[in-house]
Amino acid sequence: MTGAETEFPPELDQPRLSVKKPEQRYDKQGEMDDAERLDRAMRGFVHDFGSTAALYMESCVHCGQCAEVCQYYVQTGDPKYTPIWKLEPFKQAYKREIGPFAPFFRLFKLKRRVTVQELEEWQELIYDSCTQCGRCTMVCPMGIDIASLVGLARHGMAAAGLVPHELWATVQRAQREGSPLGATPAVLKDRIAWLEDEHGVEIPLDRSQADVLMTISSIEIMKYPQSIVALARIMGRMGESWTFRSDGYEATNFSMFAGDRQGQREASLKLIEAAIAVGAKTLILPECGHAYQALRWQGANLYGRSLPFQVLQITEYLAEGIRQGRLGLQPLQSSATFHDPCQIVRRGGVNEAPREVLRALGVELREMDEHGAYNWCCGGGGGVVTIHRADPLRYKTYQIKMRQVEDTGAEMLVSSCSNCRQTFDDGQAHFHWDKTAQSLLELVADHLVTEQGNS
Amino acid sequence: MSAETNLLDFARGPALEAALIILVFGIFWRLVGVLALPRTRDLSEPRVRHAWLGGVKTIFTRMWPRREFRPRILHWEAVSYIFHIGLAVVILGLVPHILLIRDITGLSWPGLPDGVITFAAGAALISLLALLAHRVTHPVLRQISNFDDYFSWLLVFTPLLTGLMAYYHLGGRYEDLLGLHMLSAELLLAWLPFSKLAHTVFFLFSRGVTGAVYSRRGARI
Repeated sequence: MTGAETEFPPELDQPRLSVKKPEQRYDKQGEMDDAERLDRAMRGFVHDFGSTAALYMESCVHCGQCAEVCQYYVQTGDPKYTPIWKLEPFKQAYKREIGPFAPFFRLFKLKRRVTVQELEEWQELIYDSCTQCGRCTMVCPMGIDIASLVGLARHGMAAAGLVPHELWATVQRAQREGSPLGATPAVLKDRIAWLEDEHGVEIPLDRSQADVLMTISSIEIMKYPQSIVALARIMGRMGESWTFRSDGYEATNFSMFAGDRQGQREASLKLIEAAIAVGAKTLILPECGHAYQALRWQGANLYGRSLPFQVLQITEYLAEGIRQGRLGLQPLQSSATFHDPCQIVRRGGVNEAPREVLRALGVELREMDEHGAYNWCCGGGGGVVTIHRADPLRYKTYQIKMRQVEDTGAEMLVSSCSNCRQTFDDGQAHFHWDKTAQSLLELVADHLVTEQGNS
Repeated sequence: MSAETNLLDFARGPALEAALIILVFGIFWRLVGVLALPRTRDLSEPRVRHAWLGGVKTIFTRMWPRREFRPRILHWEAVSYIFHIGLAVVILGLVPHILLIRDITGLSWPGLPDGVITFAAGAALISLLALLAHRVTHPVLRQISNFDDYFSWLLVFTPLLTGLMAYYHLGGRYEDLLGLHMLSAELLLAWLPFSKLAHTVFFLFSRGVTGAVYSRRGARI
């Protein structure tokens, strides 16, 4: 460099150039005036508003502890990322429209109407900076499940056409093509034929009867197809009657992330109807966190009655197979740490199964300082990984995860969610990190005892 | 009869009655207004039966933060504990309070020595001041605080202060101070159902519900 002065210095050290404070920080869908947008937001928000959500709205004491465990506040120090603050406009709306003192608030004009401008401003807080990981639920002294309230707020935002553009576009594609990432039934068929050929495994598709309906995430179909081979190997070893179905395979449910209730229901119905059609006793969900949340815990409620089959996450199924002695594993001489996917572990209740499987693999399990129900999110859940403008923030939160993994000193990083996995892959590339997240399912498939050894 | 004794009579009579009626009716209204909203039955297959037991358990376990969270919150949690315990000792341990409660409910128990009460009241006052300082200085608390937070603080602080003053005959005639003390406490009772102070009742329900939902899933809570 010369010593010459310049009025406009180049930004040589910036890894990526972008507008830090764009004038418009939100995306909008549909043509409607503000009054209608607001009305839709409120109706969408209150649609499923039951006494549980109302209890939460009444109970907050403004202690601020939720901020202290939220990855966004912890990494930025910006108070707007306080979890309960992310709901502020909806809290106001609740007090003014639904709460027990609503007439009183309106009569004395104690709470003013929320404006569309506020909702636009809050879009970043409701979507870009909340993975619905539910860590705040674990600390709240009143026990408020803030993540579920964010879900209700997203219902309002989706109804009003106020979803971040990439997430919205992903949902549109999922609803149009049956997959958010272009993994249409034709792609699935082609992929399966190719994998059967390439790996010499049998991958049943569209059988008319089977005990197990296997589902898959389009992240796996498009990015991690070896997961499908792993599933086939394991199901073959289990000697189970199983099938994929091209009319019900997509386990992801991006409509749930966006807050599109109808879309969420339709995606779940496809799986439910396919399972019923093949007479399945069990539906297995793949390594995908929110798929488990959507079908295992919300599926029956959207269907309107209890499901006539059991729903298992693949890790639960693996643990069961190991327990029953149907899956023999070769020991793996290595140390590993396990990243708990929020929707499977903290909010799903599958705490022990992954650890049982890792023990059966003979790995030396080195837990992170905060793990299980108290784990830090990878930063990509809740649809956040799809939102490009949220990338800089996501990389900040990802650094917690990197530190946690490094602190264990474990050789391997293992998880059971392909959405976490792609978030890890992206973060790894961004930070030039030497750790690659591995799939627990694939580890198991790669370490099955050989047929001869088994007999 | 002087104006001051009239103040005390008013505080002991109609003001107390009004405050108690508002307290009971207000809490009832707020609870019913919330609990009467539709409650959809969860149709998903529970992992754990009798999850309501988990709800009851959570009411107690959530009294103390998890090891993982302590480094960032334990200090203020401790201050909050000192305040809550101090206040409880003063309300339930002072003999005149017990007599008042006996008059209203018929329930009675032995009181605590004066020294204990004074210490508890002092600890509660100091911790309240610390909590207020925390609220006005911490960026998160500044962001999320509203009128309710500050007014509720004032209405808890005033009866504690006037109570101590009356007890030690500081700053005025005993009857005046007692009258003020009672009126401020009555204002607190009347405000409670409409404010964040209703957490004295609501914490049971919100903790219980979340505890039951998570327990049903077999998730830790």
